[in-house]
Parts: sequence; structure tokens; C-alpha cells
Amino acid sequence: MRFWISAAVLAAASLGLALSPVNEYFFYAAYVVLTFVVLATAWNILGGYAGYVNFGTPAFFGIGAYAATVLFRSLGAPLAVQIAAGALMGGLLGFGVGMLTLRLRGIFFAIATVAVVFIMETLMINWRYVGGATGLQLLRPEVIAPFENYIRMLFVVMAWMGIAGVAIARYVQDSWIGRGLRALRDSEEAAEACGVPTLKLKLFACTVMGGLMGAAGAPMPMYLSFIEPASTFNLNYTVGALGGAIIGGMSHWLGPIIGALLLGSLQQIVTVTISGEVNVLIVGVLLVLFVVLAPEGILGLLKKWLPFSK
Amino acid sequence: MASLLQVSSVSKHFGGFTALSEVSLDIAQGERFGLIGPNGSGKTTLINCISGTLRNETGSIVFEGREVSRLPAYQRTRLGIARSFQVPRPFASMSVLDNLLVPYEYVEHLKEADAGKQAMDILQRIGLASKAHTQSNQLSQVELRKLELARAMAARPRLLISDEAMAGLSGAEVDEVLEILFDLNASGITVIMIEHIMQAVMRFSQRVVCLDAGKIICEGAPAEIVKNADVQRAYLGA
Amino acid sequence: MFFSFELLLEALMFGVLLGCFYAAVSIGLSVSFGLLDVPHVAHPAIMVLGSYATYLVAGQGLDPILSGVLLMPVFFVVGVLVYRFYYESFERRGTEAGVRGLAFFFGLAFIIEIGLILVFGVDQRTVEAAYIGESLELGEYRVPYRMLVAFGVALVLTFALTLYLSRTFTGRAIKAVAQDEPALRLMGANPVRIKQWAFGIATGVSALAGAMLIVVGPVEPAIDRLYIGRTFCIVVLAGLGSMTGTLVAGLILGIAESMVLMFFGASWAPAVAFSLLLLVLGVRPQGLFGR
Repeated sequence: MRFWISAAVLAAASLGLALSPVNEYFFYAAYVVLTFVVLATAWNILGGYAGYVNFGTPAFFGIGAYAATVLFRSLGAPLAVQIAAGALMGGLLGFGVGMLTLRLRGIFFAIATVAVVFIMETLMINWRYVGGATGLQLLRPEVIAPFENYIRMLFVVMAWMGIAGVAIARYVQDSWIGRGLRALRDSEEAAEACGVPTLKLKLFACTVMGGLMGAAGAPMPMYLSFIEPASTFNLNYTVGALGGAIIGGMSHWLGPIIGALLLGSLQQIVTVTISGEVNVLIVGVLLVLFVVLAPEGILGLLKKWLPFSK
Repeated sequence: MASLLQVSSVSKHFGGFTALSEVSLDIAQGERFGLIGPNGSGKTTLINCISGTLRNETGSIVFEGREVSRLPAYQRTRLGIARSFQVPRPFASMSVLDNLLVPYEYVEHLKEADAGKQAMDILQRIGLASKAHTQSNQLSQVELRKLELARAMAARPRLLISDEAMAGLSGAEVDEVLEILFDLNASGITVIMIEHIMQAVMRFSQRVVCLDAGKIICEGAPAEIVKNADVQRAYLGA
Repeated sequence: MFFSFELLLEALMFGVLLGCFYAAVSIGLSVSFGLLDVPHVAHPAIMVLGSYATYLVAGQGLDPILSGVLLMPVFFVVGVLVYRFYYESFERRGTEAGVRGLAFFFGLAFIIEIGLILVFGVDQRTVEAAYIGESLELGEYRVPYRMLVAFGVALVLTFALTLYLSRTFTGRAIKAVAQDEPALRLMGANPVRIKQWAFGIATGVSALAGAMLIVVGPVEPAIDRLYIGRTFCIVVLAGLGSMTGTLVAGLILGIAESMVLMFFGASWAPAVAFSLLLLVLGVRPQGLFGR
């Protein structure tokens, strides 16, 4: 119950914030950070709960962005429809990649996800309707009242998507599905011997992850007023999602939120003051440090240092 | 007695290595069955093929009249075959109790409250009740083996395969586990026991089969098996 | 798409040369992932590191291939250290080592790539040698010398490594540890030291592979991403741990890529390796000669 109250409060707060005279820059930056919250949360459903590493976040994110673009360009579809399409395409891609490789060992799934990124990027580069390699400019539609401008509305959309994503992750984690995923992560053979349909559960987690990532990608073209393959299928999204979950903590839905907020804020500061490359370098180093020294992530460290457990 | 499990001409290869060669068994409902053989003879491979962890290449496995050799392992567990693992595979991130909740949830489809009670009963019987809330990766080797057996019991099987559950146990602990297996059998569960502790196999089994290099070399009552020259040769070398 | 027999033959020839080069580049991964089961997604990144190291050494006036050979012992040591670190941090612990091991190598690859960008920038780097830029003329066809050099080195490397693994004592110990570690332990050998040695060799080979890479064409830090596809495609298609398989798989990929490049254009070529990888994983994950 506490969760839903907090969720409602956060949803209302985000709306209030968007309607208040806060600096525009905040919404631009917060949108990106919130995107990473959704991506890291989605990543963790398969990565943290089931133990299957997805290196291909950009593929799921990108298919959502391009699905939205196609619908917007061909039918002038409203944002809600774009997001639904993004979620659908992301989910289908997740299911497809899963069917192909989740029967095999984890590393094969991981490499397959890298493959999907490149294949998708190559397909989009060669598809003129969505702008090919040079990309496509998009004109944002009129913003709906009561929002002052489109970015403020996108901020609220992403905030609510974040809350929805976390709610889904929380449900998966606390339900019997979560226990099954944890079992198969700890020992897939023993899980099967205990009646857990490991392939079905993995497929479920992969599909949900893909759907959430696709949904997160859908508003991106509207945010940038532009879409092109190189930046959409950028492997930096992989680092953000994977890093956010691992650094925050993979065993609980709070972990990716903490990790994404941390990495997102870090990105805003370092990219502006030093450079984009140094930011990614720092995230890479943090990732390695945490994986080696603090595998339970920040959540794990908090559990150790604070007397009460979460 | 009705036949519960029919293994017919089952073979399994790993690359160039033949682990099982045309193995056939017929296990009756309610039987206490012992499987022995030196290390590397294929006992665990046979169990893996029966439980579904591995797929046999040739031959068939029929359980309660149903061909199961194409079914994934989890479906076989739901049909009533449960096994413990020779090298314990606990769900390391979970407590001992939660380990048992997994089969209760996925085989019996019980709600956590009901399952919890039954799980505690099993833990009581097997002597792990005091460790119910300990994380399973903190158990000793002996406790882990007991957990393996407890988890197999939690699946409420009709066929229970115990793969070296007694390795490392003291004399008294071996007796405890034997008593549990006898009780389970008395309540109607067919038990296949793989063990190196000969006195346990001999006391428990009604029928014993000896494997060597993937083939059955002897089959019969415990007393006969012990005296069999082939068996002695397999264990002691040529 | 203009089809002609001459173009087909040229694409085929180029594909064979390219394929052998790809095979040599993947052979280190055949050992580290195929035999030792290490989730070494940083293999291409280390190879690119080798390319840049070659660039620096060759910049002193040495032949690039020679530079690569000189760098091999250095990279051998690097490989031993990396494996040791990986083993102590992950392989020992078990359980979720899978996620952590993958994340570790991925992080390592990223750090190497970004490090190279920070030091060298994103521009492409090349090396110079007598055989770079000139081509051999065989009647109608022109074969670039640098491709022939890479082809030659690749063959020598592949055969040398295959012989090493099947003829020498340590080589066979490496193959043994891949197949049956407990048995090896029982024989008194230390599997960790063997694996460490093998990983070192794989990394040393990567130095030479990096040299070949920069001989064959310009390199830039992000090129490792393309090679993740190519190397893993080859290692999986070959069948884990098969050295001859690596050569065959390399040829298949080289010819396929060359054909696509010739008849469909450069914008489709990067997807060939990745598509082939997905195809193999879906249809025959144990590869051609898998164990």
C-alpha cells in the first residue's frame, strides 16, 4: 500500500513540477535521466532477476523510437499510440531474440543482443522512409494544455512511465514469477527439477524487458525533433542500463532507480564540464569496480553499513 | 506389481565418449531400487536422462505409461519424477525454507501460507528446521545434501531419485535419512537410490543394478550383487 | 546489382584472403572462449589495443608485422594478469559469476575503447610499409599486397597454434583442461596455471592480430564493436574449441562478407557477421565441428 501511495504522490509531484515556473533545462535533463530509470529497471527484470545479460538495450530502445517515427510520419499518430507501438515492437523483438537464444547459455544470449543492435542499425541506415543514415527531422505537434511546451509534457510522460515500469518490476519481483526467476538464476537445472518452466519464464522476462525499453524509446524522436540511426543505436545506452542496474543493485527494484539517478546525474555534470567520453569512461570504471568489489551494488552496501535491512 | 518406469535401450554420448550404452530397466510401482557402480559408470547420466536434465539420444523412457523422453525436465517433475543432485545445487540467494517453496509453488501450485507449513514439516523430518531461515549458501556440505533431498520431497513425487544423498553423513545421519526414505516408500513413493555406502544400499534396496562404463553388468537382489564377480571387478579394477 | 563472373571471382578471391585474416583474428577467442569458457567480450578491444600499440611501435620505423610479433610477449603477460584477476574475482565464487563475468569484460572493453579515444582521438590511424598500397597484378585481377601479407601471417599463425595445441605437452594440457578439468586435477596438474598460460597465449596472439588489422586497413577505437560480431560469429560457427573449424568458419564469413560488399554495397556489409551469428545460434548452436 505504501508503494502505491508513494507512486501517486510522485505522479502528482511530477505534474505539479511541470506546471510550475522551473527552469526549462531541468526538464530537458530530467527526461534523459528518467529514460535511464526506465531502461535500467527494464534491464534488471531479465538481468538481475533471471541472470541473463542484455547488451542490446539500444536495439529495443531503437525499435520503439523507429516504430513511433513510422506511425507519426505515416498516420500522424498521437504520442500515446506511438508509445503503445513502441512497447509492442520492443516486446516482439524481446520475444524473438528470446526464442532464438534463451535456450542456450547466457553468453550466447548476450552476444545475440549485440548482433540485434547492429542488424537493426543496418536496416534503419538502409531504409529511406525513416531517413536512412542522415536521419529525419520531425515537427512536433501542438502541445496539449495545460502544458506550456512539449518538453514539459514529455517529462511527465516519462515520469509516469518510470513509475509504471517500477510497478511492473516490483510485481514481477514479489510474485511467484520472481521466485521462479531467482531459482533459475541460481541454478537452472535445479529449478527445472523443481518444476519451474525456465524457458517460459525467461521468455516472459525478456518480452517484458523489451516492451518497457521500446516504450521508453518511443517519445525520443519527439524529444529530439529528430531521429537518426547512429545516436539511436548508440552502445552508450547499454552502459547506462546495465551500469545503472549493476551499480544500483540487481536484487531489488530500488537498485536500478538509484543507479540510474546516480549515473544520469553524473552524466549531466561530467558531460557538460569535462566531456562525453570521460563520462562514459567513469561509468565503465565504476561498473568494473562495483562488479568486482561490490556485486550487490549500492543497495548491498547500504544493507551492510546501515543497521536496518531493506 | 505394476510397472512405474520403463527405460528401454537408452544411449547417451558426449562427443566421442559413450556415457550410456543401450541401458534398459523396469522399475515397479512402490519398489525400492538401488543403483550402484564405480565413479564415471554413468549412474548420474542415467538419472539425468530419466529426470530430463539431459536428453537420451536413442531409446525410450516411459513413466506411468507415458513416453517422457521428449519432455522438458520441469514437465517430468510435474508428472511425478523428482531427483536430488549429487553435487548440491541450492538456490543460493534464498533461505532454506524458500528453497522448498519453489517446488511447492511450481509443482503443487500451493499458496505460500499452506506451502510454508508443509515445508517446515519436511525440514523437521530431515533435521534442518533450525536452519529454515538461514541463507542456503551458508550451509555445510552435509546440510546441503539434506536440503537436496528435502527439496525433492517437497515436489511430492511418485518417483524419488536420491543421488548420493548420504555422502559424508555420519552413521547416525545415514540411519536418519534411510528411515525417511523407508517412510516415503511406505507411503507409496517409489525410490531409486544411488549410493556408494554399500550397507545403506543393501539394507534399503529390494533390487540392485550395477552399472559399469555405461552398461548394466549385473541385476538382482542385494545379496547376489555383492557376491557377483563382475561387480567386484568393476569396483576393484581388473 | 550488376552480376558478372569476373566480379564474382574477384569477390571470391578477396573473400578467401579476408576470411583467413578473420580466422587469425578470431583464433585467440577460440582459445579463451572456445576452450577456456571465459566470456571474453573484450577480446576485440584488446586486439584493437594491439593495433594501436603496433601503430606506436611501427611509428619508430619498424615493420608493422614485426612490431606485432615483438608485442606478443607483452600482451602474453597482460593476458596472464587479466585471467588471474578474472579467476580470483569471479570463477572461484560461482553463482552469479555469469552476469558479473560478462559485465566485467564488457566494462573492460568499454574502458579500453574510451581510453583509446581519449589518447588517440576518434580519427583513423594507419601504418606504412612497403606492401601497403601496392597490389599484385594477376591478369585481370589486382590483389593488394597487404592482404597477401595478412593472409600469409594468418595461415602461419593458425597452423602454429593448431600444432602447438595438438603436439606439445602444454598444448595438450590446455585441450585437456577444456574437456575434463577434474581428471586433470587428479593427474596432478594445476588447471588454473594451465588456463592462465592459455589465456596469455590467446592475448599474445591478439597482439599480432592487431598488427594485421592495422596493416589490412585503418583502425579507429570503435572498430572493436564490428569485430565482436565477426570473431564470435566465427568461433560459434566453428564449434567451440575447434581450431580447424575457425579457419573454415573464417573462410565462410570472409566470402559471405565479400559477396555482400561487392553486390549490395558497403552499408550492408557490417550486418553480415551478426546475421550469420544469429543464424548459427538459431539453427546449429554447436557449430560445424562442435564438441
